[in-house]
Amino acid sequence: MDDAAPRQFCCAGCRTAYAILREHGLGQYYELPERRDRPVTTSGRTFDEFDHPAFHALYVKATGNGLSRVELYLEGVHCGSCVWLVERVPLILPGVARAELNVRRALATVEWDSAAVPLSRVARTLDSLGYPPHPFRGMRREELRRREDRAALARIGVSGALAANVMLAALALYSGWWSGMEAPIARFFRWMSLALATPALIGPGRVFFQSAWAALRTRTLHMDLPIAIALGAGFVRGAINTVTDTGPIYFDGVVMLVFLLLCGRYLQQRGQRAAADAAELLYSLTPATARVLSADGVAREVPAEAIVPGDLLEVRSGESFAADGVVASGESAVNVALLTGESHPVFTRQGDKVFAGTLNVASPIRVRVTEAGEERRVARILRQVEESAGRRAPVVQLADRLAGWFTAVVVALAVTAFLFWTGRDPEQAIDNAIALLVVTCPCALALATPLAVTAAIGRAARAGIFIKGGEALETLSKPATLFLDKTGTLTEGRTSLVHWEGAEWPKPLVLALERESTHPLAAAVRAAFGNQPAPVPEWSRHVIGGGVEGRVSGHQIVVGSPKFVTSHARPEGAPATEEALRRAPWLITGAPRTDPSSPSAPRDDRGSTAPREDRGGTAPWHDRGGTAPREDRGGTAPWGDDEIEGTGIDGALTPVWVAVDGVVVARAGFGDALRCDTREALDALRARGWRLGILSGDDEHVVRAVGSTLGFAPGECRGGLTPEDKLHAVERARMSGPVVMVGDGVNDAAAIAAATVGIGVHGGAEACLATADIYLTKPGLSSLIELTQGSRRTMAIIRRGIAFSLAYNVVGATLAVVGAINPLIAAVLMPASSLTVLLAAWRGRSFAGEAA
Amino acid sequence: MSIIYLVLPLALLVVLLGVLAFLWATRRGQYDDLDTPAIRVLHDDAPGASAPDHYAGQTETRG
Repeated sequence: MDDAAPRQFCCAGCRTAYAILREHGLGQYYELPERRDRPVTTSGRTFDEFDHPAFHALYVKATGNGLSRVELYLEGVHCGSCVWLVERVPLILPGVARAELNVRRALATVEWDSAAVPLSRVARTLDSLGYPPHPFRGMRREELRRREDRAALARIGVSGALAANVMLAALALYSGWWSGMEAPIARFFRWMSLALATPALIGPGRVFFQSAWAALRTRTLHMDLPIAIALGAGFVRGAINTVTDTGPIYFDGVVMLVFLLLCGRYLQQRGQRAAADAAELLYSLTPATARVLSADGVAREVPAEAIVPGDLLEVRSGESFAADGVVASGESAVNVALLTGESHPVFTRQGDKVFAGTLNVASPIRVRVTEAGEERRVARILRQVEESAGRRAPVVQLADRLAGWFTAVVVALAVTAFLFWTGRDPEQAIDNAIALLVVTCPCALALATPLAVTAAIGRAARAGIFIKGGEALETLSKPATLFLDKTGTLTEGRTSLVHWEGAEWPKPLVLALERESTHPLAAAVRAAFGNQPAPVPEWSRHVIGGGVEGRVSGHQIVVGSPKFVTSHARPEGAPATEEALRRAPWLITGAPRTDPSSPSAPRDDRGSTAPREDRGGTAPWHDRGGTAPREDRGGTAPWGDDEIEGTGIDGALTPVWVAVDGVVVARAGFGDALRCDTREALDALRARGWRLGILSGDDEHVVRAVGSTLGFAPGECRGGLTPEDKLHAVERARMSGPVVMVGDGVNDAAAIAAATVGIGVHGGAEACLATADIYLTKPGLSSLIELTQGSRRTMAIIRRGIAFSLAYNVVGATLAVVGAINPLIAAVLMPASSLTVLLAAWRGRSFAGEAA
Repeated sequence: MSIIYLVLPLALLVVLLGVLAFLWATRRGQYDDLDTPAIRVLHDDAPGASAPDHYAGQTETRG
């Protein structure tokens, strides 16, 4: 640890991580070119359920050589250093044989010796690195999907190889046409083309015939129908021409078409997979097991599925509830951020209702289950999420219907042309019909859009914007209604020390008391003062809903809410020792209201890691060597709550006082700092015509206070909303146009899914990001601007591509119907048009930002 | 030019080998994750430490 001394750490966690890495010779981490910039958030859970037999039965597989294998979803994975940490650090544990991470899917595979190390230990290690693990429930589906993916790739590979060789043969034939080729050699090439095209069609090309057949059977029109007709007709005609040794063969066009279409499908499918993947996480919100107390008071661990209403659960500190229920005994603080987005824990005691998925943060309590399984509130919310996601289908249906019309028109045209020409020139009839089918092949139409979208998604990802589906780009290209969540979206979403008024010297004393506490405010204290040495308290006591008191270095210290401090801080004999008096001039007095940087000072954007040291310079009592120690006025401080309540954004702060030996010596404000570039981003969006609004679960006037500093009218800020309220607000707004919802928490998940486009922000709950169409990985909201601009450019590229291929099809179809082009020319023109459109789609600059 | 009757099938045989190699690689899962190995390869092995073996097959592990 000594060599850590000259280094700067943002928090105790970083220093610990540094020490661990150094100790095990892994200091190379600090040389990695890209490291995560996101603060490490450790859930602090025990992961005991990971060792339960029920858990193992569900998620763990034996590898056959005495090891066990499990697949875990990790939150917070996003870059190269994540791979490094996840694959190296668990190996430090004895018994862990292998850790492997798929960075795109955030899926880690761990192999370990269950006799040597419990899985919970591995899970805690990953959690301490800032990657809370969740069991991956879709293992069986995963196997199926993996097979499908491999099959799709194999089809592309086979059809690509065949297409390339048929193309080569065609090249030889075309050039032979002009320069004169011996008839036997030409025949040889034609038969070779037939030999190569046949496996391409019955192998990789089979999928088109299958889906066309399925469409016919269900009497629906599908893009695959004209494709199948064109492929089939082209192949049959080519085969006849090969056998009779007359006329053109179409194998080159046919096989190339198979290859290109398969490529397009694969690109599309991959995007859809990413979306389906993330939805898995929704099921990780609640613990897999719970401890049920039987009538004789014996606790036994049961799988969450086995809990029934009426059971009595024991929930320890740091665990989340597996079911909804009423507290039967004990009192604690519960973090309900999952449901409300409220970052402060709620004081909970006997008779209060608790909900599955929320986290018990303070002390063990017993809960009488009222709803379990699908009846739990969180399960109901998730059902709404799924329903809302399903309701998006109309857009897809519309696209399919358009493709259907296109199909119907093309097939009808081909039949008409065939019948028309049969009457006049039967020889030409079949050729013209095939030329029509080939030249109007919708492959430019079918490929241009997915390719442009894929290209845009790739570019966006490099700019830190992960887009799951292409539909989102369409909505975002035009100004619409945009709702933002407050906690975690406009703000950092975690409690931090944003305001410290008073002397510096009590900080180590406060830290000493808060070091062991699980309270979020204590975590914020640790984050702010963690790099200072702190004495060990002689004793300390937490009072739930109040604060903490204790004795450190011979002083009575009380830290907590103003009410708690004034009632608990009592002078104990001599206020302090001589030494302390000399070291630390007593302050206290009316806070310097003239101090310009005082209560209504602008929020510090540096967030939690930077307590406002700089402010001290203006405060006369800050100077440690101060020559004018102020007179102590007694046990109560003259500040009132009203000041904090009343001044703009500070209304969002939680006041905490610090008293030493009965004297209030410092006053801190804890709150949720605004994200750095929020105001600029919102102003830019407003300037572009977006209608903005806040939907928050937080207290109404806190929301108003934050909103007013960001330029929101009071009417645009809605607070105190439940997840259901948010959902309704979004649904109402959708009646008058597209709605974009930006949020970070599970309480936003339903609204995000219901919105036309849902956006999850940096640092949000992974389970909420699962329902979002877009995930912003860069802190701050400036990515929103990049996103809207990039969407506009992408849509322009797509529209150009569609216009071009439609125009091309109209011209081509006209020429084919009048018999001006034969199938050979059509087969040459078709890929030419496709290539033009595809190049334009691929090359188009949609998202500019390549910067890391 | 009649040599082409021999050379062309030979060339197609090579193509067949290539396709078989591709199918083998696909079945082995070489294309399952195209992102992580690109990142992983940039990380130096820790000097002296036994490096984790990422290329062990699906069922067997060393290290």
